[in-house]
Amino acid sequence: MNRLRARRMMFWGSLLLALLLMLVPLPVALLPLKPYWPALVLLYWTLEAPEHISIGLAFAVGLGADLLDGVLLGEQALRLTVLVFLALRFRSRLRFFPMWQQTLAVLLLLLNDRVLLLAVRLFAGDPWPPAAYWLAPFAGALLWPFVFLLFDNLRARLRVRDG
Amino acid sequence: MVLSRDGSASLFSDSPAGTLRLLMYIALAAVLMVLDHRNGWLQQARYASALVIEPVYRLAGLPSAGVEAARTAFADRSRLIEDNRHLREALLIANARLNRMAAVDQQNQRLKQLLDVQRTLGMNAQLARVIDIDLDPFRHRIVLNAGRRQGVRPGQAVIDAHGIVGQVIEVLPDTAVVLLITDPSHAIPVTVARTGLRAIADGSAAGDRLELPNVPISADLRVGDRLLSSGLGGRFPAGFPVGTVTAVRPDRSGMYARAWARPAADLGRVSEVLLLRDLADPVGPPAPAPAAGPAATLKPAVARSAGTSP
Repeated sequence: MNRLRARRMMFWGSLLLALLLMLVPLPVALLPLKPYWPALVLLYWTLEAPEHISIGLAFAVGLGADLLDGVLLGEQALRLTVLVFLALRFRSRLRFFPMWQQTLAVLLLLLNDRVLLLAVRLFAGDPWPPAAYWLAPFAGALLWPFVFLLFDNLRARLRVRDG
Repeated sequence: MVLSRDGSASLFSDSPAGTLRLLMYIALAAVLMVLDHRNGWLQQARYASALVIEPVYRLAGLPSAGVEAARTAFADRSRLIEDNRHLREALLIANARLNRMAAVDQQNQRLKQLLDVQRTLGMNAQLARVIDIDLDPFRHRIVLNAGRRQGVRPGQAVIDAHGIVGQVIEVLPDTAVVLLITDPSHAIPVTVARTGLRAIADGSAAGDRLELPNVPISADLRVGDRLLSSGLGGRFPAGFPVGTVTAVRPDRSGMYARAWARPAADLGRVSEVLLLRDLADPVGPPAPAPAAGPAATLKPAVARSAGTSP
């Protein structure tokens, strides 16, 4: 009971934290490197605890992010929905990849997300983005092992303390 | 989702139900995007949910505010004294310049009265702090800690000590979003201070500079020219620094030149800005001239009806 609540708190807390991290500024030089935090966190939960995750949840988180970002309602909802769908579809394979392969897979997912974003923006009439636009997925993929291990560690601790 | 908890889903199973749901959500997102693009629903939704959004913004701005506070707290004494001396000198110089300007301003007023010009720019500014959060690295927007309750309205021009920063595009109860002049979707009418050449400065996708497309190839535009706001269009007041030209090159067709400029305002590190209260005078036909000459009662009836037609 207690354990369940702790885990649920961790789940929702991590999603809120991801939305918050999305807004936290970085030094100007590092700005293009900012990883897409909601995607990383959602990916982790999709791989490790798919019973919490559904496409509808991804859509809702995306809508929340859109509301905070104030760019275009539905943009991030679309991106996260597609991301979570792909991750759910390939979950059983992704889970048993060694870490470096998983990182590559995450990189591909994030690049795909970027392409999707580009399509939406070009549709909305934005100009072609600069080359730095493509850096964020690499930063996200580089961070992925650490995010993964950190979350795994946290979850294991919760289990030990309550179990 | 169709995944079962005991992991019995086969490795390569295709789940039509999942795909259908994906398509449904994608369609929903697409509909939302199109509707929002057309009608600007997002702004209304954001205004309605400001109760949630604004605390999140304040919370996300805390780390950088904390860093700033720590930097002040741990800065050593000598540097603070140095800073203080520096600011004092700057204030002295600024005051001296202001005194001289006051005389010039009075003279200007008198001359304007002689010329019977109505336009006076009584500048009324409001200070606002920037909440240091990052909405999107490839959109150039900043968030201010003043909103509708503080009297901010969409369309207000935003300046800092060095020049024009941007304009307010969205207002929440206690927060406002400013579109910077370097945003690719922004354009500001400018004049070249040296020659009076008029042009339009767009933002650029690269972010840290302005672009002047379609300058006539014969136009007198050089590297180092200062760009001022021209006041055309009525959004920005005239005469504020916008940027400095850094490069001029003929474009691909050879018919026009294309120039790049560095913004005058310190857009990367701006932390406090001024919101101009008075929206600049809208440019349009001048107001009808006041009746001059003999009193209206003495005019013949025909002339009076002709004179009052709009």
